[in-house]
Amino acid sequence: MSITYLEAIREAQARALAEDSRVYIYGQDVGSFGGAFKATKNLAQEFPGRVLDAPISEDAIVGSAVGAAIEGMRPIIEMQFADFSTPGFNQIINQAATLYWRTQVPCPITIRLPSGGTSGSGPFHSQSMEALYAHYPGLVVMTPATVEDAYSMLLEAVAIDDPVIFCEHKYLYYHLKADKLPTEAMPARKARIAREGRDVTIVAYSAMVHEALAAAEELQSEGTEVEVVDLRTIKPLDTDTVIASVARTGRLLCVGEAFPWGGVTAEVIARVASEGFALLDAPPKRLNAKDTPIPYHPNLWAAHRPTAQSIAKVARNLVRL
Amino acid sequence: MNRPAAAEVNPKREEFVKAYKLMVLARTLDEKLGSLYRAGKIPGGGVYLGKGQEAVSVALGLALRKGDVFAPLIRDGAGRLAFGETVVEALRTCLGSSLGPMRGRDGNVHRGRPRDGYLPMISHLGAMISVVNGALMAKRFKGVSGVVGGTCLGEGASSTGAFHEALNQAAVEKLPLVVVLTDNQYAYSTPNWKQFACASLVERAEGYGIAGQPVDGTDLMGCLKIIGNAVQNARTGQGPQLVVAKLLRLCGHGEHDDAAYVDPKLKQSPMGRDCLAVAEQIMSKENWAFPANFRTWKEESAHQVDEAVNQVQKEPPPDPFREDWRGLASKHLAEGYE
Repeated sequence: MSITYLEAIREAQARALAEDSRVYIYGQDVGSFGGAFKATKNLAQEFPGRVLDAPISEDAIVGSAVGAAIEGMRPIIEMQFADFSTPGFNQIINQAATLYWRTQVPCPITIRLPSGGTSGSGPFHSQSMEALYAHYPGLVVMTPATVEDAYSMLLEAVAIDDPVIFCEHKYLYYHLKADKLPTEAMPARKARIAREGRDVTIVAYSAMVHEALAAAEELQSEGTEVEVVDLRTIKPLDTDTVIASVARTGRLLCVGEAFPWGGVTAEVIARVASEGFALLDAPPKRLNAKDTPIPYHPNLWAAHRPTAQSIAKVARNLVRL
Repeated sequence: MNRPAAAEVNPKREEFVKAYKLMVLARTLDEKLGSLYRAGKIPGGGVYLGKGQEAVSVALGLALRKGDVFAPLIRDGAGRLAFGETVVEALRTCLGSSLGPMRGRDGNVHRGRPRDGYLPMISHLGAMISVVNGALMAKRFKGVSGVVGGTCLGEGASSTGAFHEALNQAAVEKLPLVVVLTDNQYAYSTPNWKQFACASLVERAEGYGIAGQPVDGTDLMGCLKIIGNAVQNARTGQGPQLVVAKLLRLCGHGEHDDAAYVDPKLKQSPMGRDCLAVAEQIMSKENWAFPANFRTWKEESAHQVDEAVNQVQKEPPPDPFREDWRGLASKHLAEGYE
């Protein structure tokens, strides 16, 4: 018996629907079809009238979720791909994210973004949008990297009284398996030490945690001990856990699958540089995707984003500094 | 698509006079805001008035009731008062009192009380329609029936993707939504011929598969009837309703705008009539009220607005040192920047 990352997301939604009558799911093809990735498989049948197909109207999908939240509901919105959240961007950052601050009325909506690259998905079905949303006040942004987190963090997202952008990684949907669903959960706002090591800290999130862990394994055979920090949630960012790790290792590499300008890796380095500069024994490094749209062909795609090999290469150089 | 109304709304003296008095109050408040703007007494500086659009706006505000949802736009002072906002509440947001519902965090026309079904607009046009849709979907989830969501916008907003998505969404979900679209000939400075190419925006209704009605926006009687019917039709399960009111905006986009671009011929046309004067003619003709009444009601409004301004101007402004500067409802998830 094992459960995939995708099944964990489905199970979390089933539990949220079962336990809270205020929860409903709204998105394209999420009803009897079960969603483009089957993240809502059978939920329309199990919860009649609470899993609704939407027209291809991301703006109106999010806008309606805000209206329903004002009336006390807790909608879960599925964007078919994270890339398609851009037509709904206005409603997310200007309507959902400002509501509480302007009116003191909370806006408890969860927006699921099937994120990140898979081979052959190309420029418009591969994007990692987390930094864009994290830039705006009034949003929480989660980036789970494990089956357990996909489950428990999604349940926490639904329970939070604020809009949560839930970035679930499509590559992990089928590749990642666990024996069972978790019965205990770390709070979403805490980062996790995914692997202990004393020579260099690699901070990663989402699918890059697994590339970082593979790089750590590679460097282990060369005698370098890598500590891997899984951010889990990028906003709020658990700076304390990152700085505590850098205090142990003195070296920092941040890895993200998103584009290089600005973003999560830049934010982590900025915070470590301003709050923990004296802990660094070498300049902090960062590794991101290339500064081009995401390519279609598998050969190009594999070279576009960070991999265990490219991470290991940067980390190897970093420990020599 | 012009469908026959379920039950004809036929306003009598009492309702007409009530609507007219609210229009006068809204006009008086607007004129006071214009004076305060010119005197530099508006924190933040922006004033957007509804001069000429009071009849359309008040007709929707009056047709809605407690339990309904209302998302007004920038020229809906009359509708806001009709839906239950007080002059003091309006002024608190316009004058930046910390006692108002927005507490200085937002200003002028960006005000509301979402818990009471009164939604505070964002600046992005067309964006409030789907929020009303969602509130109506929530009411349906909760088993509440017989409620209506009403929203106002201008012809410029009808060019947005948000407008299209939301009207289509309401049609697909068969929601009790009433969209009152005031075609006031100019979106800021852009004339209609650069905004849309169909003969009338009411034609859009057919494309969405919803009911559509035109109305003369300068005629309070017509507005009360047509908009009242639309609200009643939505309330009785006949799906979304679009009403397109034609008139001319009798002020600039905001008080900073002298509207020199307005075609003088439009001002002389029937569209350029002042809805207040038209309403007064109707009342005189029907023997419902007379110039002496109009004067008295205007004086009462002036007194009410002056008293409210005096009160609100003495209220404390927001204090940056007492702000919590927290954008999230969840305290434990705040970033805590220094």
